Amino acid sequence: MTRQQVLDQYFMDARHKLIDLAAFLDRVERADGDADFRLEAFREAVKKLEDKGHDRAEAVLMVFSDPTMEPIPVAQGKGACGAWPGEGAE
Amino acid sequence: MKFIEPHAHMVSRTTDDYADLATAGCVALCEPAFWAGFDRGSAEGFRDYFRQLTEYEPKRAANYGIKHFTWLCINPKESEDMALAADVLAVIPEFMDCPNVLGIGEIGLNKNSRNEVKVLEMHVDLAASHDQLILVHTPHLEDKHKGTRLILDVLKNDSRIQPERVMIDHVEEHTIGMVLDAGHWGGMTLYPESKCSPARAIDMIERFGSERLWWDAACDWGPSVPLAVPRTAVEMRKRGHDDDLIDKVIYENPQQFLGQCDRFKL
Repeated sequence: MTRQQVLDQYFMDARHKLIDLAAFLDRVERADGDADFRLEAFREAVKKLEDKGHDRAEAVLMVFSDPTMEPIPVAQGKGACGAWPGEGAE
Repeated sequence: MKFIEPHAHMVSRTTDDYADLATAGCVALCEPAFWAGFDRGSAEGFRDYFRQLTEYEPKRAANYGIKHFTWLCINPKESEDMALAADVLAVIPEFMDCPNVLGIGEIGLNKNSRNEVKVLEMHVDLAASHDQLILVHTPHLEDKHKGTRLILDVLKNDSRIQPERVMIDHVEEHTIGMVLDAGHWGGMTLYPESKCSPARAIDMIERFGSERLWWDAACDWGPSVPLAVPRTAVEMRKRGHDDDLIDKVIYENPQQFLGQCDRFKL
Protein backbone atom coordinates (compact mmCIF):
# COMPACT_ATOMS: atom_id res chain seq x y z
CA MET A 1 0.00 0.00 0.00
CA THR A 2 1.13 3.56 -0.62
CA ARG A 3 1.17 6.00 2.27
CA GLN A 4 -1.85 7.68 0.71
CA GLN A 5 -3.73 4.37 0.59
CA VAL A 6 -2.92 3.68 4.24
CA LEU A 7 -4.32 7.08 5.16
CA ASP A 8 -7.41 6.52 3.04
CA GLN A 9 -8.09 3.16 4.70
CA TYR A 10 -7.11 3.82 8.30
CA PHE A 11 -7.06 7.58 9.07
CA MET A 12 -10.65 7.89 10.27
CA ASP A 13 -10.31 4.86 12.53
CA ALA A 14 -7.02 6.11 14.00
CA ARG A 15 -8.47 9.62 14.45
CA HIS A 16 -11.44 8.15 16.30
CA LYS A 17 -9.15 6.13 18.61
CA LEU A 18 -6.86 9.11 19.25
CA ILE A 19 -9.77 11.32 20.33
CA ASP A 20 -10.97 8.52 22.61
CA LEU A 21 -7.51 8.42 24.23
CA ALA A 22 -7.58 12.19 24.74
CA ALA A 23 -11.05 12.00 26.25
CA PHE A 24 -9.92 9.17 28.53
CA LEU A 25 -7.06 11.31 29.88
CA ASP A 26 -9.45 14.25 30.34
CA ARG A 27 -11.82 11.96 32.25
CA VAL A 28 -9.01 10.77 34.52
CA GLU A 29 -7.96 14.39 35.20
CA ARG A 30 -11.53 15.39 36.08
CA ALA A 31 -11.91 12.55 38.56
CA ASP A 32 -11.05 12.84 42.25
CA GLY A 33 -8.54 10.74 44.19
CA ASP A 34 -5.15 9.23 43.47
CA ALA A 35 -4.22 7.28 40.37
CA ASP A 36 -2.35 3.97 40.51
CA PHE A 37 0.67 2.76 38.53
CA ARG A 38 -1.40 2.21 35.41
CA LEU A 39 -1.78 5.92 34.66
CA GLU A 40 1.97 6.53 34.87
CA ALA A 41 2.57 3.58 32.52
CA PHE A 42 -0.07 4.90 30.17
CA ARG A 43 1.59 8.33 30.01
CA GLU A 44 4.97 6.68 29.33
CA ALA A 45 3.40 4.64 26.56
CA VAL A 46 1.83 7.71 24.95
CA LYS A 47 5.32 9.22 24.64
CA LYS A 48 6.30 6.27 22.42
CA LEU A 49 3.88 7.50 19.76
CA GLU A 50 6.41 10.23 18.96
CA ASP A 51 9.18 7.69 18.27
CA LYS A 52 10.63 7.46 14.76
CA GLY A 53 10.70 4.26 12.73
CA HIS A 54 8.16 1.44 12.70
CA ASP A 55 8.41 -0.20 16.11
CA ARG A 56 5.97 1.95 18.07
CA ALA A 57 3.52 -0.87 18.77
CA GLU A 58 6.32 -3.01 20.20
CA ALA A 59 7.63 -0.07 22.25
CA VAL A 60 4.20 0.61 23.73
CA LEU A 61 3.75 -3.07 24.62
CA MET A 62 7.15 -3.11 26.30
CA VAL A 63 6.29 -0.11 28.50
CA PHE A 64 3.42 -2.12 29.97
CA SER A 65 5.42 -5.37 30.29
CA ASP A 66 7.03 -7.02 33.30
CA PRO A 67 10.77 -6.71 32.59
CA THR A 68 11.89 -9.30 35.18
CA MET A 69 12.89 -12.86 34.35
CA GLU A 70 12.39 -14.91 37.53
CA PRO A 71 9.05 -16.72 38.03
CA ILE A 72 7.00 -15.18 40.85
CA PRO A 73 6.67 -17.35 43.99
CA VAL A 74 2.89 -17.82 43.80
CA ALA A 75 0.12 -16.60 41.51
CA GLN A 76 -2.19 -14.55 43.76
CA GLY A 77 -4.92 -14.36 41.16
CA LYS A 78 -5.62 -15.22 37.56
CA GLY A 79 -6.17 -11.86 35.88
CA ALA A 80 -3.87 -9.27 34.36
CA CYS A 81 -4.47 -5.53 34.68
CA GLY A 82 -2.58 -4.31 31.62
CA ALA A 83 0.47 -2.72 33.25
CA TRP A 84 3.27 -4.03 35.44
CA PRO A 85 2.89 -2.72 39.01
CA GLY A 86 6.60 -3.01 39.82
CA GLU A 87 8.83 -5.35 41.80
CA GLY A 88 7.22 -6.73 44.95
CA ALA A 89 3.76 -5.44 44.10
CA GLU A 90 2.40 -8.75 42.78
CA MET B 1 -13.02 -18.55 0.78
CA LYS B 2 -12.30 -21.64 2.87
CA PHE B 3 -10.43 -21.47 6.14
CA ILE B 4 -9.38 -23.44 9.19
CA GLU B 5 -10.16 -21.96 12.60
CA PRO B 6 -7.20 -23.35 14.55
CA HIS B 7 -8.21 -22.16 18.03
CA ALA B 8 -11.85 -21.97 19.09
CA HIS B 9 -13.44 -22.78 22.44
CA MET B 10 -16.72 -24.00 21.02
CA VAL B 11 -18.04 -25.45 24.27
CA SER B 12 -18.76 -21.85 25.23
CA ARG B 13 -20.43 -20.92 21.91
CA THR B 14 -23.94 -21.39 20.60
CA THR B 15 -24.96 -23.54 17.67
CA ASP B 16 -25.56 -20.33 15.71
CA ASP B 17 -21.79 -19.77 15.77
CA TYR B 18 -21.23 -23.15 14.11
CA ALA B 19 -23.73 -22.13 11.43
CA ASP B 20 -22.00 -18.78 10.88
CA LEU B 21 -18.55 -20.41 10.71
CA ALA B 22 -19.75 -22.95 8.15
CA THR B 23 -21.43 -20.24 6.10
CA ALA B 24 -18.20 -18.23 6.06
CA GLY B 25 -16.20 -21.21 4.75
CA CYS B 26 -14.81 -22.89 7.87
CA VAL B 27 -13.93 -26.49 7.05
CA ALA B 28 -12.25 -27.46 10.33
CA LEU B 29 -11.69 -26.06 13.76
CA CYS B 30 -9.47 -26.99 16.67
CA GLU B 31 -10.51 -26.68 20.29
CA PRO B 32 -7.81 -26.55 22.96
CA ALA B 33 -8.68 -27.46 26.52
CA PHE B 34 -9.03 -24.28 28.57
CA TRP B 35 -10.12 -22.73 31.84
CA ALA B 36 -13.88 -22.84 32.25
CA GLY B 37 -14.09 -19.51 34.09
CA PHE B 38 -14.00 -21.28 37.43
CA ASP B 39 -11.63 -23.81 39.00
CA ARG B 40 -12.74 -27.42 38.65
CA GLY B 41 -12.78 -29.36 41.89
CA SER B 42 -11.14 -32.59 40.80
CA ALA B 43 -9.63 -34.57 37.94
CA GLU B 44 -13.05 -36.15 37.38
CA GLY B 45 -14.33 -32.77 36.22
CA PHE B 46 -11.57 -32.78 33.60
CA ARG B 47 -12.42 -36.33 32.56
CA ASP B 48 -15.95 -35.16 31.78
CA TYR B 49 -14.59 -32.13 29.93
CA PHE B 50 -12.24 -34.30 27.85
CA ARG B 51 -15.21 -36.53 26.96
CA GLN B 52 -17.11 -33.44 25.86
CA LEU B 53 -14.16 -32.42 23.65
CA THR B 54 -13.64 -35.87 22.13
CA GLU B 55 -17.20 -37.23 21.92
CA TYR B 56 -19.88 -34.56 21.98
CA GLU B 57 -18.38 -31.45 20.37
CA PRO B 58 -17.24 -33.27 17.18
CA LYS B 59 -20.86 -34.31 16.61
CA ARG B 60 -22.11 -30.75 17.07
CA ALA B 61 -19.55 -29.50 14.54
CA ALA B 62 -20.33 -32.32 12.09
CA ASN B 63 -23.93 -31.13 11.91
CA TYR B 64 -22.56 -28.13 10.01
CA GLY B 65 -20.00 -29.99 7.93
CA ILE B 66 -17.10 -28.80 10.08
CA LYS B 67 -14.39 -31.21 11.24
CA HIS B 68 -13.63 -30.82 14.92
CA PHE B 69 -10.20 -31.46 16.47
CA THR B 70 -9.00 -30.91 20.01
CA TRP B 71 -6.01 -30.51 22.33
CA LEU B 72 -5.82 -31.75 25.93
CA CYS B 73 -4.24 -30.33 29.09
CA ILE B 74 -4.91 -28.58 32.36
CA ASN B 75 -4.85 -24.88 31.57
CA PRO B 76 -2.16 -22.72 33.24
CA LYS B 77 -4.88 -20.82 35.10
CA GLU B 78 -5.42 -23.98 37.15
CA SER B 79 -1.75 -24.90 37.46
CA GLU B 80 -1.15 -23.37 40.88
CA ASP B 81 -2.66 -26.50 42.41
CA MET B 82 0.13 -29.03 41.79
CA ALA B 83 -1.79 -32.03 43.14
CA LEU B 84 -4.76 -31.35 40.86
CA ALA B 85 -2.41 -30.83 37.92
CA ALA B 86 -0.70 -34.17 38.53
CA ASP B 87 -4.07 -35.93 38.74
CA VAL B 88 -5.24 -34.37 35.46
CA LEU B 89 -2.01 -35.19 33.66
CA ALA B 90 -2.53 -38.82 34.68
CA VAL B 91 -5.96 -38.77 33.00
CA ILE B 92 -4.83 -37.28 29.67
CA PRO B 93 -3.23 -40.47 28.21
CA GLU B 94 -6.64 -42.18 28.37
CA PHE B 95 -7.79 -39.78 25.62
CA MET B 96 -4.66 -39.47 23.49
CA ASP B 97 -5.77 -42.04 20.94
CA CYS B 98 -9.17 -40.48 20.34
CA PRO B 99 -9.57 -39.75 16.62
CA ASN B 100 -9.80 -35.96 16.99
CA VAL B 101 -6.95 -35.38 19.47
CA LEU B 102 -4.05 -33.41 17.97
CA GLY B 103 -1.75 -33.13 20.97
CA ILE B 104 -1.14 -31.31 24.25
CA GLY B 105 -2.55 -27.81 24.64
CA GLU B 106 -3.15 -25.09 25.32
CA ILE B 107 -0.40 -25.32 27.90
CA GLY B 108 1.85 -22.47 28.94
CA LEU B 109 1.85 -19.80 31.64
CA ASN B 110 -0.64 -17.31 33.04
CA LYS B 111 0.95 -15.32 35.89
CA ASN B 112 4.43 -16.79 35.40
CA SER B 113 4.57 -18.48 38.81
CA ARG B 114 6.93 -21.24 39.89
CA ASN B 115 4.17 -23.86 40.00
CA GLU B 116 2.94 -22.82 36.56
CA VAL B 117 6.47 -23.37 35.22
CA LYS B 118 6.64 -26.81 36.89
CA VAL B 119 3.29 -27.85 35.41
CA LEU B 120 4.39 -26.56 32.01
CA GLU B 121 7.49 -28.76 32.27
CA MET B 122 5.28 -31.73 33.18
CA HIS B 123 3.10 -31.12 30.11
CA VAL B 124 6.15 -30.79 27.85
CA ASP B 125 7.46 -34.07 29.23
CA LEU B 126 4.09 -35.73 28.60
CA ALA B 127 4.04 -34.44 25.02
CA ALA B 128 7.63 -35.48 24.33
CA SER B 129 7.23 -38.94 25.79
CA HIS B 130 4.10 -39.55 23.66
CA ASP B 131 5.41 -37.79 20.53
CA GLN B 132 2.59 -35.24 20.58
CA LEU B 133 2.28 -31.81 18.96
CA ILE B 134 2.19 -28.90 21.42
CA LEU B 135 -0.03 -25.82 21.46
CA VAL B 136 1.15 -23.09 23.85
CA HIS B 137 -0.87 -20.28 25.44
CA THR B 138 1.20 -17.19 26.24
CA PRO B 139 0.12 -14.97 29.15
CA HIS B 140 -2.03 -11.89 28.92
CA LEU B 141 -1.06 -8.24 28.81
CA GLU B 142 1.82 -7.24 31.13
CA ASP B 143 2.78 -10.88 31.70
CA LYS B 144 3.11 -11.88 28.03
CA HIS B 145 6.68 -10.82 27.25
CA LYS B 146 8.20 -12.38 30.36
CA GLY B 147 6.01 -15.48 30.06
CA THR B 148 6.96 -16.02 26.44
CA ARG B 149 10.66 -15.88 27.35
CA LEU B 150 10.13 -18.39 30.18
CA ILE B 151 8.15 -20.71 27.90
CA LEU B 152 10.84 -20.63 25.22
CA ASP B 153 13.42 -21.52 27.87
CA VAL B 154 11.38 -24.52 29.05
CA LEU B 155 11.01 -25.78 25.48
CA LYS B 156 14.68 -25.23 24.70
CA ASN B 157 15.72 -27.09 27.84
CA ASP B 158 13.97 -30.29 26.70
CA SER B 159 16.17 -31.73 23.96
CA ARG B 160 13.36 -34.00 22.73
CA ILE B 161 11.26 -31.03 21.58
CA GLN B 162 11.37 -30.24 17.88
CA PRO B 163 10.64 -26.51 17.52
CA GLU B 164 8.60 -26.92 14.33
CA ARG B 165 6.14 -29.16 16.22
CA VAL B 166 5.27 -26.39 18.69
CA MET B 167 2.76 -23.58 18.06
CA ILE B 168 3.12 -20.56 20.35
CA ASP B 169 -0.21 -18.75 20.32
CA HIS B 170 -1.28 -15.19 21.12
CA VAL B 171 1.92 -13.56 19.83
CA GLU B 172 2.04 -9.78 19.51
CA GLU B 173 4.59 -7.33 18.17
CA HIS B 174 6.91 -7.73 21.17
CA THR B 175 6.95 -11.55 21.13
CA ILE B 176 6.53 -12.67 17.52
CA GLY B 177 10.21 -12.23 16.65
CA MET B 178 11.56 -14.38 19.48
CA VAL B 179 9.03 -17.14 18.74
CA LEU B 180 9.93 -17.34 15.04
CA ASP B 181 13.66 -17.03 15.77
CA ALA B 182 13.38 -20.10 18.05
CA GLY B 183 11.98 -22.10 15.12
CA HIS B 184 8.43 -22.40 16.45
CA TRP B 185 5.14 -21.48 14.80
CA GLY B 186 3.30 -18.36 15.93
CA GLY B 187 -0.42 -17.70 16.27
CA MET B 188 -2.08 -14.28 16.28
CA THR B 189 -5.33 -14.17 18.20
CA LEU B 190 -7.89 -11.70 16.91
CA TYR B 191 -9.72 -10.24 19.89
CA PRO B 192 -11.85 -7.10 19.93
CA GLU B 193 -10.30 -5.67 23.12
CA SER B 194 -6.97 -7.34 23.82
CA LYS B 195 -4.35 -9.45 22.07
CA CYS B 196 -4.42 -8.45 18.39
CA SER B 197 -6.63 -6.44 16.04
CA PRO B 198 -7.12 -7.44 12.38
CA ALA B 199 -5.06 -4.45 11.21
CA ARG B 200 -2.13 -5.35 13.47
CA ALA B 201 -2.32 -9.01 12.46
CA ILE B 202 -1.96 -8.04 8.81
CA ASP B 203 0.84 -5.62 9.73
CA MET B 204 2.74 -8.54 11.29
CA ILE B 205 2.29 -10.67 8.16
CA GLU B 206 3.63 -7.78 6.10
CA ARG B 207 6.61 -7.30 8.40
CA PHE B 208 7.52 -10.87 9.36
CA GLY B 209 6.32 -12.75 6.27
CA SER B 210 3.73 -15.50 6.09
CA GLU B 211 5.85 -18.52 7.05
CA ARG B 212 4.96 -20.41 10.24
CA LEU B 213 2.13 -18.03 11.19
CA TRP B 214 -1.63 -18.36 11.53
CA TRP B 215 -4.61 -16.35 12.77
CA ASP B 216 -7.27 -17.56 15.16
CA ALA B 217 -10.35 -16.17 16.89
CA ALA B 218 -9.98 -18.22 20.09
CA CYS B 219 -13.68 -17.54 20.52
CA ASP B 220 -14.68 -18.30 24.09
CA TRP B 221 -17.06 -17.00 26.77
CA GLY B 222 -15.43 -13.55 26.87
CA PRO B 223 -15.51 -10.76 24.27
CA SER B 224 -14.49 -12.56 21.09
CA VAL B 225 -15.69 -12.85 17.50
CA PRO B 226 -15.98 -16.33 15.92
CA LEU B 227 -15.73 -14.86 12.41
CA ALA B 228 -12.61 -12.83 13.16
CA VAL B 229 -10.43 -14.88 10.78
CA PRO B 230 -12.55 -14.46 7.62
CA ARG B 231 -13.17 -10.81 8.48
CA THR B 232 -9.43 -10.24 8.74
CA ALA B 233 -9.01 -12.01 5.41
CA VAL B 234 -11.44 -9.50 3.89
CA GLU B 235 -9.43 -6.64 5.36
CA MET B 236 -6.25 -8.19 3.95
CA ARG B 237 -7.87 -8.24 0.53
CA LYS B 238 -8.82 -4.56 0.94
CA ARG B 239 -5.12 -3.85 1.42
CA GLY B 240 -4.48 -5.36 -1.99
CA HIS B 241 -3.01 -8.72 -0.98
CA ASP B 242 -3.70 -11.53 -3.43
CA ASP B 243 -5.82 -14.57 -2.67
CA ASP B 244 -2.83 -16.93 -2.66
CA LEU B 245 -1.26 -15.14 0.30
CA ILE B 246 -4.57 -14.94 2.16
CA ASP B 247 -5.17 -18.65 1.54
CA LYS B 248 -1.72 -19.44 2.89
CA VAL B 249 -2.39 -17.68 6.19
CA ILE B 250 -5.93 -18.91 6.81
CA TYR B 251 -5.79 -22.40 5.30
CA GLU B 252 -2.44 -23.74 4.10
CA ASN B 253 -0.40 -22.77 7.17
CA PRO B 254 -2.75 -24.30 9.73
CA GLN B 255 -3.02 -27.37 7.54
CA GLN B 256 0.78 -27.64 7.36
CA PHE B 257 1.31 -27.36 11.11
CA LEU B 258 -1.65 -29.49 12.17
CA GLY B 259 -0.93 -32.02 9.43
CA GLN B 260 2.14 -33.08 11.39
CA CYS B 261 -0.40 -35.08 13.39
CA ASP B 262 -1.61 -38.07 11.35
CA ARG B 263 -5.11 -37.65 12.75
CA PHE B 264 -5.55 -34.22 11.13
CA LYS B 265 -7.30 -35.19 7.90
CA LEU B 266 -9.68 -32.89 6.01
